[in-house]
Order: sequence, then structure tokens, then C-alpha cells
Amino acid sequence: MNFIWVFMIIISYIFSFFAGTTDAVTKSVFDGCESAVSLVISLLGMMCLWTGLLEIAQKSSLTEKIQKLLYPVIHWLFPSVCKNSEVAGAISMSITANLLGLSNAATPLGLAAMEKLEKRNLIKDTASDEMCMFVVINTASITLIPTTLLTIRAAFNSLAPFEIMVPVWIASIISVLSGVLCAKICSRRKSF
Amino acid sequence: MTSFILPAVFIIILGYGMLRRIKIFDVFLSGAKQGISSCIGILPALVGLVVAVSMVRASGLLDFLAKILSPILNKFLFPTEVLPLALLKPVSGSGALAMIKNIFEVSGVDSYPGKLASVMLGSSETTFYALAVYYGATKVKDTRYTVFAAVVADIAGIVAAVVLCNIFWA
Repeated sequence: MNFIWVFMIIISYIFSFFAGTTDAVTKSVFDGCESAVSLVISLLGMMCLWTGLLEIAQKSSLTEKIQKLLYPVIHWLFPSVCKNSEVAGAISMSITANLLGLSNAATPLGLAAMEKLEKRNLIKDTASDEMCMFVVINTASITLIPTTLLTIRAAFNSLAPFEIMVPVWIASIISVLSGVLCAKICSRRKSF
Repeated sequence: MTSFILPAVFIIILGYGMLRRIKIFDVFLSGAKQGISSCIGILPALVGLVVAVSMVRASGLLDFLAKILSPILNKFLFPTEVLPLALLKPVSGSGALAMIKNIFEVSGVDSYPGKLASVMLGSSETTFYALAVYYGATKVKDTRYTVFAAVVADIAGIVAAVVLCNIFWA
């Protein structure tokens, strides 16, 4: 991330010198700060709501039930934490929210799972294999019903708003599997 | 769909909690409290990333890349108008939504570019936003192979979307 971040900023400025967009780039710095703050504020309420509901689900052992349903998947993806009910429970809840297309819930639940994974991480400043795997899954889409997209397609009077669903599912599966396999292979190589 | 799923999730979680005789509201409050700190905790990472992304967008680099690459990609039935979307989606969800609306307006929602854009958007996530947010909540500095695997997943998704749309509609 260190390299990517610096690269993005420097390349923007260099390119803007040639394209004559330097002013726009400078303005975008301030806009960026503002939109990051408004993003966090808009997320704050959702975050509280879902971490609160997650706590209820955990105390009532509802997460354990869901975790049992997802056990085969969790066991394959996160072999070392699948026995730990707190971590595996949080991961299961986050994956469920993603599958259901509850994007507002997915981020809070995902963050909760990350924090639980971090508690078990032995070297604090280096990501564990489980953390890498979890983030990779979240950067690829695992949504069964892309609600927002379907709504927009319908709003544009598509003759068949749902006809994209099958290719979307296949492409999602290919994308997630590539990421997961890539992470699995990398995790076996000590050089990473 | 969401209008049905969300209430169902609420009822299941609260109903199950009642069944197990939990002090639902007290437990909710203690959980929600943790939400505040983790949400504020991601702000630094988010500021850094959102600023960098809006700089790249404002510089016009993405449009320039799309222009250079389009002659090559058109040969693979990858329409020029969809390429900026493929470049933008990993960094900005709201930007990608604005762009797909534009594609629908210009090319039509049921046109080949419209369908390809839909499949691409539906099968991908805002990769770098997720990276920043999730690792922002931790103390991790070295993310090891996460970025690499995430980008591999993105590229595989884009290629799959193009191939599938070719099979389905070309």
C-alpha cells in the first residue's frame, strides 16, 4: 500500500502538468478530505447499528448457528481460526451480509471481524494469512443479488434488468476463486 | 429485494435474542459503542486513500489511459466506453455508479456496452476502498500479498466479464 499510495499521488501531479489539470488536482485534495469525513460520518450510524446487532447475535449464539452452516467454507478459507467461535462467527456474519447484498451491513461486520482477527494476530504490524484472505474476499464481490445495479437498470427502462444475473454470478465466482487461490498459493511461500 | 431482506434480518436477530432471554437493548448498546471507535479509527486511512483517488481522477489520467488502450481492446470486443469503468470501479464505488449511468444514457441499457458494464460492475467491488477500510481498522503496516491477490481477482473478474458477455450476447 505504501508504494501504491505514493505512486497515485505523484503520477497524478506529473500527469496533470502535461494535461493542464494541476488546479483541478489541487482542488481535488480538499474535496477528497471532505468526502472522506462525510463518508465516515455517514458510516458511523450504520456502524453502531450493526455492531450492536452483531453483539445481540453473538450473545444469543445465533452466530454459532450461521457459523455451522458456513463451516465447510470457513474451514477451507480460514483453517486456523475455524475452531475459534468468536472469530469464525464474525467472519460468517460478514460473509452472510455480503451474500444477502446488505452492503450497509457488510462493512461494519467486516470491520468487526478484522478486529477479532487482529486480536489473534501474533505480529501486530504484519497481516496474518487469515487477514489477507479475509480482505481479498471482501475486495472481490460475493453478492448474490446486486440490488443497486438492478435498481439502476430498471430505472433506465431495461427490457430485461435481470438478464445480467447469470454472467454476474459466473464472473464473481471466477474473480473470488482467483483471488482466493492466489492468496492460498502466496501464503505457502515464506517470501511473502 | 433489500426492502424484504433487511426487516427479515432484524426480526431474526431480535427474535432469537428474545427467545434466549437476552437483555436486548443493553447488549445492543454495548455493541454499538464499539462501533464508534472502529468507525473513527478508519478515518486516517480513508482520508489518505480518498484524496489519492480523487487526485488521480481529477488529473484525467484514467481518460487518457482509456484513450490509448481502446484501439487494442476494441479488437477483443471490449468497447471503449466501458474501459474507464473497469479502471474506476476498483477505486471509487460512487464514481463507477455515475459512470454506468452515463454509459446507459449514451449507449443504452440493453446495448452490448450496457450489458458488459453491468456485468463488470455487478461482479466487482471497490477493491482499494475495502483495502484501506479493513486494514485501517488494524495496526497492520505490512499487508503482504493482499494487494497482489486482490488485483489478480479484479483482473480475472474483468476478463471473465468480457468473455462471458461475448458468449452470451455477441
